[in-house]
Amino acid sequence: MLSSIETRKRVEAGLARRHRRERLFKFSGMLATTVGVVFLGVFFLDLFAKGSSAFVQTHLRLDVEFSADVIAPGGELDIAYADFDGLVRSALRAEFPEVTGRGDRRELYRIVSSSAGYQMQDMIRQDAELLGARQAIWFPAASTVDMYIKGNIDATLDESLRPMSDQQIAWVESLRERGHLETHFNRALFSNGDSRDPELAGIKGALMGSFYMLIVTVVLAFPIGVAAAIYLEEFAPRSRWSDLIEVNINNLAAVPSIVFGLLGLAVFINWMGIPRSAPLVGGLVLSLLTLPVIIIASRAAIKAVPPSIREAALGLGASQMQVVFHHVLPLALPGMLTGTIIGMSRALGESAPLLMIGMVAFIVDVPGGFSDPATALPVQIYLWADSPERAFAERTSAAIIVLLGFLLLMNLAAVIIRKRMEKKW
Amino acid sequence: MQGTTLILVIGAMAIAAYYMGRSRSVALVGGPTQGTALHSLPGYYGYFTAIWCLLPALAVLLLWVLLEPRVIVALVVQGLPEAQRNLPPGELNLLVNNIQNLAAGDAVSGTVDASLQDAANRFNEYKVLSRKILTVLTLGLGGLGAAIAWRRIRPDFRARNRVEQIVLVALIAASSIAIFTTIGIVLSVLFEAIRFFQKVPATEFLFGLNWSPQTAIRADQVGSSGSFGAVPLFTGTLLITAIAMLVAVPVGLMTAIYLAEYSSRRVRGIAKPLLEVLAGIPTVVYGFFAALTVAPWVRRAGESMGLEVASESALAAGLVMGIMIIPLVSSLSDDAINAVPSAMRDGALGLGSTRSETMTRVILPAALPGIVGGILLAVSRAIGETMIVVMAAGLAANLTANPFEAVTTVTVQIVTLLVGDQEFDSAKTLAAFALGLVLFVVTLLLNVIGLNVVRKYREQYD
Repeated sequence: MLSSIETRKRVEAGLARRHRRERLFKFSGMLATTVGVVFLGVFFLDLFAKGSSAFVQTHLRLDVEFSADVIAPGGELDIAYADFDGLVRSALRAEFPEVTGRGDRRELYRIVSSSAGYQMQDMIRQDAELLGARQAIWFPAASTVDMYIKGNIDATLDESLRPMSDQQIAWVESLRERGHLETHFNRALFSNGDSRDPELAGIKGALMGSFYMLIVTVVLAFPIGVAAAIYLEEFAPRSRWSDLIEVNINNLAAVPSIVFGLLGLAVFINWMGIPRSAPLVGGLVLSLLTLPVIIIASRAAIKAVPPSIREAALGLGASQMQVVFHHVLPLALPGMLTGTIIGMSRALGESAPLLMIGMVAFIVDVPGGFSDPATALPVQIYLWADSPERAFAERTSAAIIVLLGFLLLMNLAAVIIRKRMEKKW
Repeated sequence: MQGTTLILVIGAMAIAAYYMGRSRSVALVGGPTQGTALHSLPGYYGYFTAIWCLLPALAVLLLWVLLEPRVIVALVVQGLPEAQRNLPPGELNLLVNNIQNLAAGDAVSGTVDASLQDAANRFNEYKVLSRKILTVLTLGLGGLGAAIAWRRIRPDFRARNRVEQIVLVALIAASSIAIFTTIGIVLSVLFEAIRFFQKVPATEFLFGLNWSPQTAIRADQVGSSGSFGAVPLFTGTLLITAIAMLVAVPVGLMTAIYLAEYSSRRVRGIAKPLLEVLAGIPTVVYGFFAALTVAPWVRRAGESMGLEVASESALAAGLVMGIMIIPLVSSLSDDAINAVPSAMRDGALGLGSTRSETMTRVILPAALPGIVGGILLAVSRAIGETMIVVMAAGLAANLTANPFEAVTTVTVQIVTLLVGDQEFDSAKTLAAFALGLVLFVVTLLLNVIGLNVVRKYREQYD
């Protein structure tokens, strides 16, 4: 037996070491927590630093003439085949009369976006009065010029190492001095479909594709998920079958999403013959993917309804079905809606299964229905991230900001519904 | 009639049927004041009639939509000249595609001859005819069903019980979809995988060391006969998963411990939602970040230390994947730590142990099964993760354990094999399904074990 004094001595001898360990342990816990938070900070800073510039686009002002000789040769409007590009080019030549050589001129033409001609075409199509008029129009600049203005091209580098020549930089600078070069809000980003030219590429097509897919998903997954949850919570007898369903749902929630893509490819496309790349297929796959999420959330919401309500209704002579549909379901609905919105936000961010069912095609047109070829916002991000142009990296970040904005809105909606409508018993 | 209009008309009929059934039940007993003479509330007679109107019509509609394209194509093929009908399946498919394009007024490959134009015309005729039959059939069936139900309404007819039975069947059907999904996954992956194993022996696939799925297009082509040894993919997946776990497990676990034991309420209130944000970021965004920001960092850092780092190193993908998994590990560990009875913690603290000693000697050993179960789930998540590795890891199937080299994973190969044009009889495409089968089986095992461990452990202290 040790005397109490000796015990005390031994304890005190080890105390400093033990406290040191304690501090170390606490410190490593703090460090670990900071890692996640710091990553989040770095991630958002990086994202906004890269992406915020994509919301503006450099435009340059040119005095173009809607020359009647070109657009309406012989008095008849010939919008489809007229050489609008030529009109843009002559405006550029007028701006820089000192440029004469063929090669130099060709370089000059490259500072304005290739869409300039189409823009004139659209204008005259909407307003035939313009014929013969001379007008100053802001055209989007070519993406290299845009990158230069945004400071992403280093003019001090050797000419061969950058995508713009010294001449082009000089022209751009002279335009800027004259006030013919400004950055405007990048409307193309929100009103165009995909494009090979960064200055024309937009996310509207992808947004619409995602929208149609989410419609299909919500229409299928919400009623089916709620019905399944009601059955499992309120009606299912404790049997092998309901155990099997339960195990299945839990497992499906953890199956890699790419496997759902394989299912969609084999069943919906090859077996049922639904066209590839259609939002319908995407929506079907995503609803299978979100179904477990909705079922699990809905079951939790039903479980939260106190049994006294069921018993009261049963006592007043309601049938089991009436109890569920008249009393339990309305009370559980806010929780179910919250779960559904969370499931939808997961579906909106999902891209791996969509790669399997052909939604990665390069699609310029904005989809107008459930069977038009389409892509989705996260897939658009994937496609742009692969493009080598510097301008696409900027637009990818912008698309990510938009995607995260939508996810934030959906999650806020879920939180508000939960706060406003959920009752505490 | 167009599909959507047809559905709208059927819906309108069902609503009309509801009111007819309802008013008949009321009329049979002589007005609303006599409601107690009915077996069920009047609305149930209405629902009964509406269901009988809706179900047969929708069933026929669904069947028709599923079968119509095949039947029409078969009929058109029947009408083709003998020579074209006996074409090999591939060419016949092309021909049918051409006919369909021509019928829809789209661009057609090759020349349009009289027989093709004729077939396209017949295709359109059949389509119009089929629409007509469908309209008559669905509306007729809907009306007929409603009429039969309407005639069956009597005061003692048990309408509520009938309606509730049908609803119950619908509920059961909805909950069985989960099972059908699993069966669908298993069957679709399994069938194609079996076809793959008929071309490539399973032993070569599972134990072969060489992966280059490019098969020859022409028979006389040199070199690219394709080899399907998947071991480099498995090791690549394991390497990236291991890196991710090396990041996620310590960080996630220590975060959970810190937030549960040390942090003030305010810090917890800020840090927890922030970590949840980490869990809500789409994986494609992580992939973009890994490929464009982290990979160059890793490369530069490695080069400054004199190391050779591939631009698509396993390290970059693994690091970002680890960050992605932190919230999963930390929330599952948090559950496990909180499930340990507070009597155990209080006892240890009361005996004079420090907080860290309580944690490492008492709580963690007690929570270990729950934590291990959570880690298994996290591993399964890492193995199945696709977008990060597709964007940040390479395509080169290197058999290496060096984290600075580029490796490829099972999911990356599935994506590369299936994106773009596919022919469903080549080993290249089918290999993706074989890989999918392996992926599904492995993650399923991990999930089943992980979920069971977590559940058993929770029950232990309840």
